[in-house]
This record gives sequence, structure tokens and C-alpha cells, in this order.
Amino acid sequence: MMEVITSNYAAAYAAKLSRVEVIAAYPITPQTSISEKLAELVDSGEMDAKYIKVESEHSAMAALIGASHVGARTFTATSSQGLALMHENLIWAAGVNRPIVMPVAARALSGPWTIWSDHSDVISERDAGWMQFFCENNQETLDMIIMAYKIAEDREIMTPAMVIEDGFILSHTVEAVDMPLQEEVDDFLPPFDPEFKIDFKSEPRRYAGVLAPDWWQEHRYRRMLDMERGKEKIVEVERDFKRRFGRSYGGLVEFYRCDDADVALVIAGAPTGTAKDVVDEMRDRGKKVGLVKLRSFRPFPGEELVKLNDMVSMVGVFDKSYTMGQGGAFFQEIRNALYSPDGVPIKNYIGGLGGRDVTKKNIERIFEDLLALNKEGKVDRIIDWVALKGGPGRWE
Amino acid sequence: MMAKLPLPKEEYLYRGHAACPGCGAPLAMRYTMKALGPRVIMNVPAGCTAVIGGVWPRTAFKFDMMDHVFESTGAVSSGIRAALDAKGIEDVTVLAWAGDGGTVDIGLQALSGAVDRGTDFIYVMMDNEAYMNTGIQCSGSTPIGAWTTTTPFGKKCEIILQRKKKIMEMMVANGIVYGATVNVAYPEDFVKRVKKATEFEGPKFIHALSPCAPGWRVDTAKTVEVARLATQTNMFPLYEVEWSEYRLTKTIKERKPVSEYLKTQGRFRRVSEDMVNRIQAMVDEEYEELLRKVELSKG
Repeated sequence: MMEVITSNYAAAYAAKLSRVEVIAAYPITPQTSISEKLAELVDSGEMDAKYIKVESEHSAMAALIGASHVGARTFTATSSQGLALMHENLIWAAGVNRPIVMPVAARALSGPWTIWSDHSDVISERDAGWMQFFCENNQETLDMIIMAYKIAEDREIMTPAMVIEDGFILSHTVEAVDMPLQEEVDDFLPPFDPEFKIDFKSEPRRYAGVLAPDWWQEHRYRRMLDMERGKEKIVEVERDFKRRFGRSYGGLVEFYRCDDADVALVIAGAPTGTAKDVVDEMRDRGKKVGLVKLRSFRPFPGEELVKLNDMVSMVGVFDKSYTMGQGGAFFQEIRNALYSPDGVPIKNYIGGLGGRDVTKKNIERIFEDLLALNKEGKVDRIIDWVALKGGPGRWE
Repeated sequence: MMAKLPLPKEEYLYRGHAACPGCGAPLAMRYTMKALGPRVIMNVPAGCTAVIGGVWPRTAFKFDMMDHVFESTGAVSSGIRAALDAKGIEDVTVLAWAGDGGTVDIGLQALSGAVDRGTDFIYVMMDNEAYMNTGIQCSGSTPIGAWTTTTPFGKKCEIILQRKKKIMEMMVANGIVYGATVNVAYPEDFVKRVKKATEFEGPKFIHALSPCAPGWRVDTAKTVEVARLATQTNMFPLYEVEWSEYRLTKTIKERKPVSEYLKTQGRFRRVSEDMVNRIQAMVDEEYEELLRKVELSKG
């Protein structure tokens, strides 16, 4: 059934369809309407879940860690400062294998205040041990949350997942979303059944106690394997999802019109749709450009991305965040993945920070820059800031 | 006159836990678990108890327990209760177990939230009056005049006139349905209060005084003796609060001067005579205040 809804409502309905048992909610722009919609759904009886009104995001994550140990499927949503406040418990949740699924309406981290979108909040949590999936549109938000539970709760994975929707650009924009039937989702997503949980049926256990140096490294090695196994699981779950629902998103990475492209741009999240339009238009004009949609940032799809070395002769990476003293996070990691003596030149484009629109014109200029540099066979500089006021002339 | 209750025989701690000699915490935990029985999920933040349980793969506890970060005790309890409710499990006690720093300082927000939400749980604050697990640093529950490594009272540092935070009053104002102060020196009363807490649905708060031999600078054999003096001198009176009605649970017939309590502990070594008098006056004043509440509750 088609519904015209925001990405935030898509996230709330995904929680309902996933039969989430415990929700912890604390308001923050631009996530708030997820929490409000869920309150409505629980209050009306449409959704059978316990709704905890916590007093902070730190406590939201803590409450879900507690609930998850008792075997409940858990959900919360956050943005920006809220995600940063959660930081300690994000790491704890991942460290003790709690497969919590959480949409993040991505918003810049403040100081000074901003409420608008970029990826600096989620990028700051790239080391938290969570899977991180970027969504292009509202349909993908809904589908990805349902898939994320299946991936996260797999006994071989048991790793929490962030489903990232760009704040306002997706969270508050309505689009047509195909709503699957409850029976179909039930058939796809079985109830949460972890191997270890407090159920008073087995011998009492201590969960998340003290691990001394003689075992900590082995524990971290196992967590590494959990995340690595996620790579295959994401592809496998999506294949199953496609068979049942007729939609798929290309696994860890989607290569869009890259086959005979000279240059390709890697991009993630909401700007992907805009960039695909630009690629189509430029292709119509005979420009050999392609797009790479980074869907999974954690686990990082290095093995997929390295194919770019053979596919194109120059790569651009668009980052909606900037790591001070270093560069764009996507760029740093993709450059590492592509590094080899025969690796293609690669350039970083920073844009869309703090809610700045990423326009078709911006993307087109990036492609033109890449095509021009490709003729010279090397990049002019490592990083360009797109459409920066007072910046290098070509972007004004 | 309170009837003496025999303590339940069952033990829920294995021998060989990792508490220091003379630690009051294992006593408090044994009494609490004797009162509650095995259908308990205990959640514990950073602090002594996380260490007392031992190191993986061993555990000193015969009940399900979950560790979590320092600030999150109240929130984790709310989550556990919500999950039990979602699963339709009704006969389990959610037991939060945190130290004084984890309660009155870093965990106060999450605790306040849990009480405000009406979470059905028992919160035990194991009060050894400083951050003992990290090595004796002053907390919001450190009493006036006590030496700690962050209140060294050397040449430049005067004794700080910082009182213990009145956590029970904060909890009563916050909306607990039942509260009690208990002392490891009074096991029967301890068990009775915890058992009574289970009769109420909603947030319950137990404030347990428990000496720390190395932190209080007392002989490891004197734990119970020193703890008993805290109540006998009215430094730590025992009372309960039922829906904001106060009742004394231990009446001290012949109250001892606070100096008798202070002199048993090296942490009060630098307290001057003048200071002892001030502490005595403060204790008297606070006890009078408590009695007024008890009287008002009778009306």
C-alpha cells in the first residue's frame, strides 16, 4: 500500500512493522516526530510496545541495553547532540553485543548552534562499533530498518545498527512509500531470539562483567569477526528482502552507471538521489560519469570499493562532514581502500555542511572538475570545499 | 520493641568474592538477597560491586546480574522492567545496586528519571561515603569532616563544611513510594525493610550505610561495631518513609555523643574539638528535623 509520508514516519512505521517491544524516547530535532509518531501508535493500541520516556539520550541507550539483555527487541531514535551524549552507551551496547536498531536523523554537531543536516554526528560515531547504513530516500529508511533488525539480530552478528536519514532533507520531506503488510514482515523477520538472555530458565549469569587483560583482546577479536560477517549478511538479507518485497539497494555499495565511466563520484545519504539525476543528465550529453552510493559505512566495504581502480580513471568522494586536521571521513577511508601503485587519483569534495543545500549545480561542477582533471591525469589538490563563500573562484 | 526475625538461611553469594577484608558491601548484598530470593535481576554500575563479583569467567553471585556504565543505573532498571512487562513476566524484582557516588553524583539524573517514570524497582544505594573503588575520593555523600584523597586537609586545605547530600529527602520529593535507611550492623532490620519494599509497586529507595575499612581508616574487624555507632550516635538514624510518611525503625534509648563515632575512624583524625561540637550540633538539628517529620506523619 502506498503512503505519502516523511522519512521519520517511515522509521516509526518500520519499528511497528518490526514488532519492536521496548522503545526509549527523548526528543531532539529533527528526530522528534519519530518519537511522537511512536507514542501515538502505542497509545492508540496499533502498536504493542512498552514506551519509556527517558530523561536523556544517554539514558535512552542505557534503558535499551537493559531491555535487550532480557531479550526484548529495542528501538530509539536520535540526532546530533543526542547521539553525542549517547556515545558512552553506544560503545557499551556494541561491546556487549546488543542488536539495537536506531535511526539517526543526521544533523551537524553544534558549537555554535545549528539544527541542520550534515553527517558530522554519525561520522563521530564511526568507531563506536555500530553498523552504519546511509539511506537515499524514505522508502529505503523503512526497508533498511526492517532489514537492519534481521542483520543485527543474527546470532553470528549480534551488532547494533544505525540507519541514517539526512535530517530535514529526508526526515521532514514527504515521499511515496510502499508500506509492506504486517504478515509479510512477520514472515521475513522472526522474533528476536538471542542465544544468551535473562529468562530464568538457565543458570544465573553475569552479563557484561569485568574482562581482564588475559581475555580482552580475544573479546575484541570476536567483535571484529561479528562485524566482518555483517558484510555477507547484509547482502544475503537484502537478497531475501528483494525476493519478498521486490526492492533492493545494491548491497554494501551501489555502482550507478559506472560500467564505462571515466570518472566516478562516491556519495552517501540524501544527496545520492540528486547526484543520480545529474549523472543521467550528463550521460544524455555524452559525459562518461558514474556514481557510487556508499550504503554501508560500517562495516566498511573496502573490497567492493577497490573495484573502482579498474572501473574508472579518477574518483571523487563527497563528504557531508569534515574531520578537523584531516579531511572528509569517507575520503580518508576510501583513499586507503583504493591505495595501490596502480591506484587511480582521488579527490575529496566537502559540502552540504550544517544544512547547506547540495544542488544539482554543485554536483555537476564536481563532475566537470573531475572530467577536466582526468584529462591531466592527476588531481590539482586533495580537498575542495564546494560552493564556499570566499573560497577558490571556481566554486563561487 | 521490634521483634527479632530469624534471617532466611539461603545464601546468594559464593565464598571467594573479591571484596576487601572488612567490607560492608557483601553483608548488605547477602541481607538484600535473603530478603528478595532468587527471582531478581540486579543491575550494577561502575563501583566496588562490579569488582566484588570477580573477573570473567567467574562470578560470585547466584543470581542474574548485569553491569553497565556509571551514570545509567536508573535508566537500565527502567529498561529491564519494560522488557519484563513486554514479556509478561511479573514475579521478578528489578534491583538496582549502586554506590554513593554512582547515586548522589553521577547517577542522580538517571535515578531521578526512573523514580519520575514510576519504574517498579528497588534501588539500593550502598553508601560507603566516598568513591572507594577508585581509592577514596570525596563524593556528595562524604560526611562533614572526613578525610579523603581529594579532601586531604593538609596545610592549605581547610576542612570543608560539606554535608552529605540529603538523598532520601530528594527521593521523597522525587516521588518514591517507599524509602528506608538501613545499616549493615542491623541485619534483621535490613532484611525486614527490603522485604517491606517488595510490598509496594513503584520506585523504592534503600539507603544502606556500609563501612569501608581502608577508606574510613578502621580495623577490618570493626566494621559492624563502627556501623552500629553511626546509628547509636544519630549520625545515621534508621527510619522508613511510606508515601512521604516518616517512621523511626530503630529508637536509640541512650544516644551516644558523635565523638564516640568519629574517634573510631582515622578519616576523622584531623577533626578539632570545635569541629566535633559543630558536627554534634548539626546531627542534633537534623535528628530533631527527622523527629518533627515523624510526629507530623502521626497526625
